[in-house]
Amino acid sequence: MSLVHEIDYGTPASRGQAQVTLTIDGRAITVPEGTSVMRASMEAGIQVPKLCATDMVDAFGSCRLCLVEIEGRNGTPASCTTPVMPGMVVHTQTGRLKDIRKGVMELYISDHPLDCLTCAANGDCELQDMAGAVGLRDVRYGYEGDNHVRARSDGAVNAKWMPKDESNPYFTYDPSKCIVCSRCVRACEEVQGTFALTIEGRGFDSRVSPGMHEHFLESECVSCGACVQACPTATLTEKSVIAIGQPEHSAVTTCAYCGVGCSFKAEMRGEELVRMVPWKDGQANRGHSCVKGRFAYGYATHKDRILNPMIREKISDPWREVSWEEAFAHVASEFRRIQYQFGRESIGGITSSRCTNEETYLVQKLIRAGFGNNNVDTCARVCHSPTGYGLGQAFGTSAGTQNFDSVEHSDVVMVIGANPTDGHPVFGSRLKKRLRQGAKLIVLDPRRIDLVRTPHVEAAYHLPLQPGTNVAVLTALAHVIVTEGLFDEAFIRERCDWSEFEDWAGFVAEEQHSPEATEKFTGVPADLVRGAARLYARGGNGAIYYGLGVTEHSQGSTTVMAIANLAMATGNIGRPGVGVNPLRGQNNVQGSCDMGSFPHELPGYRHISDDATRDIFEKLWGVTLNSEPGLRIPNMLDAAVEGTFKGIYIQGEDILQSDPDTKHVSAGLAAMECVVVHDLFLNETANYAHVFLPGSTFLEKDGTFTNAERRINRVRKVMSPKNGYADWEVTQKLAQAMGLAWNYAHPSQIMDEIAATTPSFAGVTYDYLEKKGSVQWPCNEKFPDGSPIMHVDGFVRGRGKFIRTEYVATDERTGPRFPLLLTTGRILSQYNVGAQTRRTENSVWHAEDRLEIHPHDAEQRGIKDGDWIKLASRSGDTSLRAMITDRVAPGVVYTTFHHPDTQANVITTDFSDWATNCPEYKVTAVQVSPSNGPTEWQDDYTELSRRSRRIAGKLEAAE
Amino acid sequence: MNMRMSAGGLTERSLEIIRELKDLEGPMLPILHAIQDEFGHVPEEVKPLIASELNLSRAEVHGVVTFYHDFRAAPAGRHVLKLCRAEACQAMGSDQLGDRARQFLGIDFHQTTLDGAVTLEPVFCLGLCACAPAAMLDGEVYGRVDEHCLSDIVAEARR
Repeated sequence: MSLVHEIDYGTPASRGQAQVTLTIDGRAITVPEGTSVMRASMEAGIQVPKLCATDMVDAFGSCRLCLVEIEGRNGTPASCTTPVMPGMVVHTQTGRLKDIRKGVMELYISDHPLDCLTCAANGDCELQDMAGAVGLRDVRYGYEGDNHVRARSDGAVNAKWMPKDESNPYFTYDPSKCIVCSRCVRACEEVQGTFALTIEGRGFDSRVSPGMHEHFLESECVSCGACVQACPTATLTEKSVIAIGQPEHSAVTTCAYCGVGCSFKAEMRGEELVRMVPWKDGQANRGHSCVKGRFAYGYATHKDRILNPMIREKISDPWREVSWEEAFAHVASEFRRIQYQFGRESIGGITSSRCTNEETYLVQKLIRAGFGNNNVDTCARVCHSPTGYGLGQAFGTSAGTQNFDSVEHSDVVMVIGANPTDGHPVFGSRLKKRLRQGAKLIVLDPRRIDLVRTPHVEAAYHLPLQPGTNVAVLTALAHVIVTEGLFDEAFIRERCDWSEFEDWAGFVAEEQHSPEATEKFTGVPADLVRGAARLYARGGNGAIYYGLGVTEHSQGSTTVMAIANLAMATGNIGRPGVGVNPLRGQNNVQGSCDMGSFPHELPGYRHISDDATRDIFEKLWGVTLNSEPGLRIPNMLDAAVEGTFKGIYIQGEDILQSDPDTKHVSAGLAAMECVVVHDLFLNETANYAHVFLPGSTFLEKDGTFTNAERRINRVRKVMSPKNGYADWEVTQKLAQAMGLAWNYAHPSQIMDEIAATTPSFAGVTYDYLEKKGSVQWPCNEKFPDGSPIMHVDGFVRGRGKFIRTEYVATDERTGPRFPLLLTTGRILSQYNVGAQTRRTENSVWHAEDRLEIHPHDAEQRGIKDGDWIKLASRSGDTSLRAMITDRVAPGVVYTTFHHPDTQANVITTDFSDWATNCPEYKVTAVQVSPSNGPTEWQDDYTELSRRSRRIAGKLEAAE
Repeated sequence: MNMRMSAGGLTERSLEIIRELKDLEGPMLPILHAIQDEFGHVPEEVKPLIASELNLSRAEVHGVVTFYHDFRAAPAGRHVLKLCRAEACQAMGSDQLGDRARQFLGIDFHQTTLDGAVTLEPVFCLGLCACAPAAMLDGEVYGRVDEHCLSDIVAEARR
């Protein structure tokens, strides 16, 4: 194995259509019009020396090293800024060029430390490489005089020297090594879109400055790592590289955080991970990353990770470490005993959207074939189940319609109930890039999210609706589109059912759906709704991206249908730049849904009652499958409280923290006799577990994740599982202990079984993924190359279905006791319940959850910024500290749920989506009052957690 | 020039200036000039205001301000004396003239006299090469400056 080497072409690929042929050093090469001479030469296999150019950012022409000579032209133009012309004859190496380059390098080196041997970039330094490339042997200028290199010069303090900035937990900035190529500044602007860096001063005084000459941590920097990746020297270096040294081999794998599914090179030294570097060929991220995927992998080796299986009789006992064999035998006998005693339906399981497709497939197979029931569910229940249902109804598939590249062709982007710059940062950066190019933005969100106004991006319309009124606002948008005749009749007649459209159009055109009528309860001024509708309908390619702000409502499924209606009515489906795109939260939530994790669906979204589908699996698995759907998570918990559901196998999900109404979840779990938690850490659910099976990280196993754009990406094992087994092996061994004759030697065999049984995956094999890098399902005989964009020539279900979307206000209403509406979300540096990110340095950005409250509401209650407050709802209360901000409207409060002490779900109610039971996390009526500190429930719970995490024979960590 | 302004007043006045000019094409430099005219320098706390009004990052504003030597981080003395130190003036003895100026004022370049009367600065070309060496006092240029002329200028400035 060796390092995965990526060619740096120096400038981005041109999108030109016409082809241009030129000659470089005697070689003829044909490239698209608009390509730089530098890139053309690299494509011809000739590397022109360069320092300030890299293909992630536009050409800049400042380093003066990449000069070439062109016949018939004067001087020595920079190859990075010179576009190719037909018939051009270029020479990259002449006596004149050699002299110039050597002279330039001498100047660079005269203000650069000569500590290559002890430098962290030794072996990975472009300055070093270029010194070698131009044959630098001597620096005639010497190293005396003005410099940025030494702290003291001529016995005096050197005012030009700046100390190293080590404030960022993951990388250092050493100005003494900087050659001021501006690559970091440009990466921050062009790739990430944060504009946190600049060059301060001019001439010899020029230095890279985060913010206004601030430390990185205090600046606007979001720690995405683009600057570190762009830096050609050791100026910006990962602290892990400084500590460990340069990596020696690497493998391409897929990030295990959000649903963007970024491809990374895991760069290794032995079995130690040195760093994660985004892979430029990754088709979801195109070489970009965020602070989580790039840096927050430290949880994999965190001391809290449990590496041995553990058992206990009662949840009040301390844990007892046991062998894997004992653990498997114990679970098998307990599950069989419970089924014997309480019936076949008395156990079930939960698949994980954090695990691979193969692992998820195995868990649902274990439940359907081994447990003999369909009591399987997954955490998508609490996030995107309405997407599956709504898009399935309207279009015929339960997934987003586009690839992420599609945003590069959008003219109008509507973001609904999503916060891409925090939740899906790499997509957020790609979106911002398109917006800077001139695309228009419409934001529907109760909160003023960053995208509404952030450097160089400003939403054309922000519709700050009251939480819970999504359907009313979307129907009002449709009202404007229909009544003002903005719909695309040709598209609708060709692709949809015209009579259904007429019915729907009649419905939305009713006066009570007009923006003027709905303004009263949505809080959105009618003219904003009208303006937004006109822009979306007539602004060119219109794309909708939405998140949990759409789905986690009592009308989640209705909202998804309303979105589909808008896209169909305006003809924004079936080509690049348009579409309906759920931004899925977890790395493999799309995959876990695809793999048959729902109680009513076999892999590929085929209903369990369908005889033909069941027949496929029954023949292959040699069992008879129950044709009745099983229990959903909330139903399992209800049944547990009633005493009919006694055992559960939970792989990689912390339902106690992530599911609604925490007290109900804990009561359900407490009523069970065998709760098996399979996870990396003793999570909150494990407080109620009887068996703990240690899990493995994404670095420790092979498999595939499917991201939000249906892209099946490979996950590659780069280290052996610290717990002994990859998660698929654990499930397999558990199945074997329960008497199933499974014998998979490698996840590729599981994928083969998925492909053999599931039409949309028919063409997927590991060999194919090896060859193509990744593929978007459906991938089969009809779509051998996969499907970047769906519904191109027609909807999967045949004709697109318009569905009436009647607004029904949620039962969760404000009143005198609970006058404020709480909505929830997440922030950039933490991930969901925080089990992973809290165990990394990311906590420097977000050490605790805060309640965002408008200054007006805060003043009324006598609350100051940073005060402890009590947050109470009809379900319960908790306390946390307040943050006063006008990002939220008066009457609305907002918090994140990254920290278990906050217990935000003690507050949330058990209202849920009418179709899918997806909980209504985004609307809870609450009251906020000053408080002294944690509530009784929080104190009790902290004590319970402490007691239930004791492991026999191990001392508790000192508090 | 109003140099003793409360923090709140500074913000308010800055916002007034910024909002008046922000709709110009390329508004940053006119704003910075107006701020400097108002306060005698570009106060650090004004940079984030400009950034947020123009929807830029703090870093971008900082980059522009620091690029131009004429934008000051702190107020100058009551008068600013600039001596040209570019090639033509050097050839005509501006280095010696610079030494004399520092002697007269008892300060180095980039410093202000203790009484706050004069700030001395080098400048690189006033476009008066034909009349080198050249100097500029508060925007008024002087050509063929010799020691005598310099002492007059300094005396004038100190008055």
